[in-house]
Amino acid sequence: MVSLSIRNIRKAFGTTEVLKGISIDVAPGEFLVLVGPSGCGKSTLLNLIAGLEKITSGEIFIGDHLVNQVSPKDRDIAMVFQSYALYPNMKVRKNISFGLETRKIPKSEIEKTVQKVANMLQIEDLLDRKPAQLSGGQRQRVAMGRALARSPSVFLFDEPLSNLDAKLRVEMRTEIKLLHQRIATTIVYVTHDQIEAMTLADRIAIMKDGIVQQLDTPRNVYENPVNLFVAGFIGSHSMNVVPVRVVKSGQSNCLLIKTGEKTFTIPVDKNPSLLNKWIDRELILGFRPEQISDGFPNQAENNQIHTLESKVEVIEPTGPDTLVFIRINDKKVACRVHPNAARHPGETMKLMLDLSSAIFFDSDTEEQIS
Amino acid sequence: MNDPMVHTAPKTAGVFAGRLFIYGLLILMVFYFLLPFIVMVLTSLKTMADIRTGNLISWPREFTLDAWKTAWGSACIAVECNGIKVYFWNSVKIVVPAVTISTLIGAANGYVFSKWKFWGSEVLFSLLLLGCFIPFQAILLPMAQTLGKLGLSQSLAGLILVHIIYGLAFTTLFFRNYYVTIPDELVKAARIDGAGFFRIFWKILLPVSTPIFVVCVIWQMTQIWNDFLFGVVFSAGGNQPITVALNNLVNTSTGTKAYNVDMAAAIIAATPTLLVYIVAGKYFVRGLTAGSVKG
Ligand SMILES: Nc1ncnc2c1ncn2[C@@H]1O[C@H](COP(=O)(O)OP(=O)(O)O)[C@@H](O)[C@H]1O
Ligand SMILES: [Mg+2]
Repeated sequence: MVSLSIRNIRKAFGTTEVLKGISIDVAPGEFLVLVGPSGCGKSTLLNLIAGLEKITSGEIFIGDHLVNQVSPKDRDIAMVFQSYALYPNMKVRKNISFGLETRKIPKSEIEKTVQKVANMLQIEDLLDRKPAQLSGGQRQRVAMGRALARSPSVFLFDEPLSNLDAKLRVEMRTEIKLLHQRIATTIVYVTHDQIEAMTLADRIAIMKDGIVQQLDTPRNVYENPVNLFVAGFIGSHSMNVVPVRVVKSGQSNCLLIKTGEKTFTIPVDKNPSLLNKWIDRELILGFRPEQISDGFPNQAENNQIHTLESKVEVIEPTGPDTLVFIRINDKKVACRVHPNAARHPGETMKLMLDLSSAIFFDSDTEEQIS
Repeated sequence: MNDPMVHTAPKTAGVFAGRLFIYGLLILMVFYFLLPFIVMVLTSLKTMADIRTGNLISWPREFTLDAWKTAWGSACIAVECNGIKVYFWNSVKIVVPAVTISTLIGAANGYVFSKWKFWGSEVLFSLLLLGCFIPFQAILLPMAQTLGKLGLSQSLAGLILVHIIYGLAFTTLFFRNYYVTIPDELVKAARIDGAGFFRIFWKILLPVSTPIFVVCVIWQMTQIWNDFLFGVVFSAGGNQPITVALNNLVNTSTGTKAYNVDMAAAIIAATPTLLVYIVAGKYFVRGLTAGSVKG
């Protein structure tokens, strides 16, 4: 197992800077996911790690070796591409062995490796087919097989599942995770799909405009996003973000929350000093849809749960629960409620807002207030 | 009765007449376009006496291959009376190396311009493309001077060189446009797999290039075989290609005009390009429309 260290990497194409100083340390055997909207520079970063593009400035270490000047073939990495990039004129067997042959590995050993990899990915039956004769999922497996064959120290994946249909994608996701648990090789995995990022990663790096916004565990980026961008990007339904006014009411800082005609003054008990600077000013309150519901299991002990009432605008049943959309301070807010508790659009509904894990953002800088 | 045919093809008199009209028109058109060629073939099979007494499209009274034999082996071109066979082989000797070399260099150029872009390569490619639009006449004088300096004036080698250079703009364009449809990720994957510049070209790109090779070969072969201007300017005497010889044959005045020999010679001159189209024409169309290599 080998570590990967990216130190203050910059990359410009002509005059446009695509990566603006990226630093990430990947521990040996770690599964790091780079996630971000399309065009934010994820593939570029992966290409730099692979050595397929020249770094404008910065350093990349694989293990203890500075690899800035090392060619892709000598970096001991393997890459799986979005389009799979299988050699169209070669059979699957040859696709897998091509990299071994260029490295002059003895024939018998190559044969053994191909068999082992094919067995691991259950593609033994496909070895004598051409890529054109394979389905999307099979091509995906072959592409992984080609990467596995060389047992590199670092795997690079560039959106490997984005060309598969939804069902296959979920299956392959699980398989990649199992594979990582088995081989425990360091992986850098690029995706624009935050669910893929959440389910696969040991740590997630969320990128935007060539800058890493947050680098943390899936749980932390979900519960404690550093800014509004991360808050909006992570989560199958994004975090609710509502502009609120802070007022002093007796000893406690309170938030003014208006739903339709009614205004609720809700005390914030968590970390009382946090909001002292914000009295009589506006900031942005963030909370997940599951933090505003029809009820909570441990409701009685939690003194940060407050009751609201609001008119329901739209409902979206998802199966296990139903998303009820209301309006708070003129912003649309999603509430995750039990299907039985959901009211119809137009009706008024009682909701509980749990502020114990709510977070606050500065409305100008969009950074979390802490 | 439940006759399914009634629903699919109602056989009324009107529909039948319509069909008849369409097919009749098509056959007429085919005949119209083929007519010149038919006249050529028929004339080449006639005797001179037949030609003198009959009219242009009359059926030969007797079929004879004499005109073909004369055209191939003994017709007089300028002062020599050895037919067009020498010039036919001249053209072959020009076309084979010129097509092969210009196609191979075009493939290599296209590979570099699509997959190994370097600083200024786009500009260089644009300049090269300009070559497609330079009229033949414009380069005659400078080319003649260049060939003179190289000591290749009036030689087959000189003519071959001219065709290679002139063809490069086209062959490069063909291959470059074909290779840009092949995903860059393929090249990246091969680089990570340890393959270098030539190995990637040889093992990955060339094996999937058949359609564009066919297009390129047909195009170049037709251009070079049919070329007249370069042939007439840059070669002389026994080194001339068949197009120039054909012109000289027709213009050589020894008494009466032997139309049957002229026609036979013209057909011989056109045969190779016709054959290429008949044999590989469908690959030509397929190659021009072939998109990216899926897989
Ligand atoms: N070879 C290149 N030349 C110029 N611009 C490029 C090149 N490769 C990528 N870019 C630009 O860099 C930005 C990031 O691209 P990319 O890394 O592919 O994004 P992502 O993979 O996150 O979608 C894009 O705006 C893209 O247009
Ligand atoms: Mg990308």
